[in-house]
Amino acid sequence: MIKGKFIDNLPKVYGIYTGGFIGFIILMAIGEQMGMTAKAIGVAFVAFTIFIYALIGYLSRTAQADAYYVAGRQVPTVFNGMATAADWMSGASFVAMAGGIYFKGYGYMALLVGWTGGYILVATLLAPYLRKFGCYTVPDFIGTRYGGNLARLCAVIVLTVASFTYVTAQINATGTIAAVALDIDFGYAVYIGLISILLCSMLGGMRAVTWTQVAQYIVLIIAYLLPIFWISNKMGAGFFPHFMLADEVARIGELEQQFGFVKNSAADLATVPKGLAGITKAHSAVNATPWAFISLALAMMMGTASLPHVMMRYFTTPSVKAARKSVGWSLFFIFLLYSSAPMLATLSKLSLIDPTLPTGIIGKSFAEVQSIDWFQNWNQANLMFISDFNGNGTLELNEFFMGGKAVVLATPEIAGLPYVISGLVAAGGMAAAMSTADGLILAIANAISHDVYYKMIDPKAETAKRLLVARVLLVVIGFAGATIAAMEIQGILGSVIWAFDFAMSGLFFPLVLGVWWKRANREGAIAGMVLGLGSAIWYLVWVRTGGSGFLGLTQLTFGIFGAGVSFVAMVVVSLITSAPDAATQKMVDEVRIPSGRTVTGK
Amino acid sequence: MSNAQKHWEKSRSLLWITLAIWAVFSMGIFLFGAEMNEVTGPFGYPWTYWFTCQGSLGIFVILIFWFANRQEKIDEEFGFNERGDD
Repeated sequence: MIKGKFIDNLPKVYGIYTGGFIGFIILMAIGEQMGMTAKAIGVAFVAFTIFIYALIGYLSRTAQADAYYVAGRQVPTVFNGMATAADWMSGASFVAMAGGIYFKGYGYMALLVGWTGGYILVATLLAPYLRKFGCYTVPDFIGTRYGGNLARLCAVIVLTVASFTYVTAQINATGTIAAVALDIDFGYAVYIGLISILLCSMLGGMRAVTWTQVAQYIVLIIAYLLPIFWISNKMGAGFFPHFMLADEVARIGELEQQFGFVKNSAADLATVPKGLAGITKAHSAVNATPWAFISLALAMMMGTASLPHVMMRYFTTPSVKAARKSVGWSLFFIFLLYSSAPMLATLSKLSLIDPTLPTGIIGKSFAEVQSIDWFQNWNQANLMFISDFNGNGTLELNEFFMGGKAVVLATPEIAGLPYVISGLVAAGGMAAAMSTADGLILAIANAISHDVYYKMIDPKAETAKRLLVARVLLVVIGFAGATIAAMEIQGILGSVIWAFDFAMSGLFFPLVLGVWWKRANREGAIAGMVLGLGSAIWYLVWVRTGGSGFLGLTQLTFGIFGAGVSFVAMVVVSLITSAPDAATQKMVDEVRIPSGRTVTGK
Repeated sequence: MSNAQKHWEKSRSLLWITLAIWAVFSMGIFLFGAEMNEVTGPFGYPWTYWFTCQGSLGIFVILIFWFANRQEKIDEEFGFNERGDD
């Protein structure tokens, strides 16, 4: 009843929602003028947005398998693009990316290229074909294309390893932000984050996740862009920063020359709190070898095309051609944020290091810097640190340390923006982390409930029972993720990159060759998945335990090795075993034709 | 050759063209990253820096829409277009 009307009214519904959110920001700004405390504003932002997401999640509840698994396959292209962008841009993109660019410069920007270029592979090699196939989950495609429970199970295992690595990082990020915004202990904040995530997805599965992700995208993009434009205008750097920061980029280069990159001694560095870093790399100069840059970009691109939580978003479009266009829209919405991250890094760095700007701290005396309000705040939050290594009393470039997250979280405050902006940024970071976590947990729970429970254990199970299993799994996986996140084993960005490497090692070639090479058969696919993931894990452990690695592949790019092994294993094993039967070959032919019913007949 | 085979042949050549453009702007140009960065490019940014922040990313967006349109034309040509719109 609501469904048909709701789909037709989407632009109106989300238009009103966006207007309402802007109204809320203005209300908070007025509140701040009237004496609302910073803490109250932070709590209001996070609580209000989570309440809205939970409400959308409740309104999208469903008891139908089609709606639960693929949102009824009726999500329009542009909205699916927004949902994918939110699904895609995680806490890492939102909170950590600008910081990575700030500290590492060019070498890190391979991630920008990699995390966007991968969508070309998604659009050309996979998304339209998997949409035509008509499966519910990614392992569903593997299981049906290659046949047999073993292939299906292998795909579920690769999916779970990759997505679970990724999701712990996201729950960790929600916990970090909730802990700061609500001023509570991280150990509790992680579970508050988890409950918010589950509220969005539990009742309505993919349908609920789709509509909350659209809402979350709107919040996160406003929260990311508004401060950048504001800071740029306030600094007089230009009203449209993306096209106008060339002078600022050049100025940073000049200052770097002037200050020089002084190397700190190991003993000095040992006094710097863990997780903080100084500026040691040039901002815009090329400081990585071509292969280091290209291999990181390539690993991220192939990983993008293998991550099931992204792929399954394209199962929800009404048609094959809508799936293709939707990939374009996804990338457009991602582009809006990614092309802004370097601008934020530039503005943030210049405002801190340029002695001619009122916010610049390099060259000031230690006593002066220590008396600045924002420095005290972020020093207390363990995200900023200064130490007079050379004892001359003035702050040098090599004596200032900052956490990567501070670039996004602290820059508004440094630039002197009102606190309402910091509250908005917290809500945006929360939205980014929650939307990705939702997509990931749903991908795992759906794969286990649909592929393992329904297809292997109890094929006669009724819909109600299947959906109950799916929901129970959602909660169990969420809690498992939160428990591991609470242990804080690996940093946010590190786990995200590992997830890409795992996914591409096990799934890239079995998926791509499943469509593009008719001769690929079950034995080949199983070999590809098992040996691909196995060799990737072996290589990671080897490099982590002091191994030298080869071909310059590091613990960030080991997926290239895994995927290479997977490809060779899959081709060789397929060729020495018998070709797939006629029915399978016919199925592949059908997948390649966009019109007509889906291959699975759903 | 059947209709479906011809359709697939054309789709495949579109794939190769798209992937070639993709490879140039995601990997190829960065082989010359250091040299390119010496030259001033759009909006006054150094070329390599501009490609990593905006250029390559923007080209990818356009490339996907271009690919989607071309593929739709191919589908129509062979009568495989889907009914209904998006």
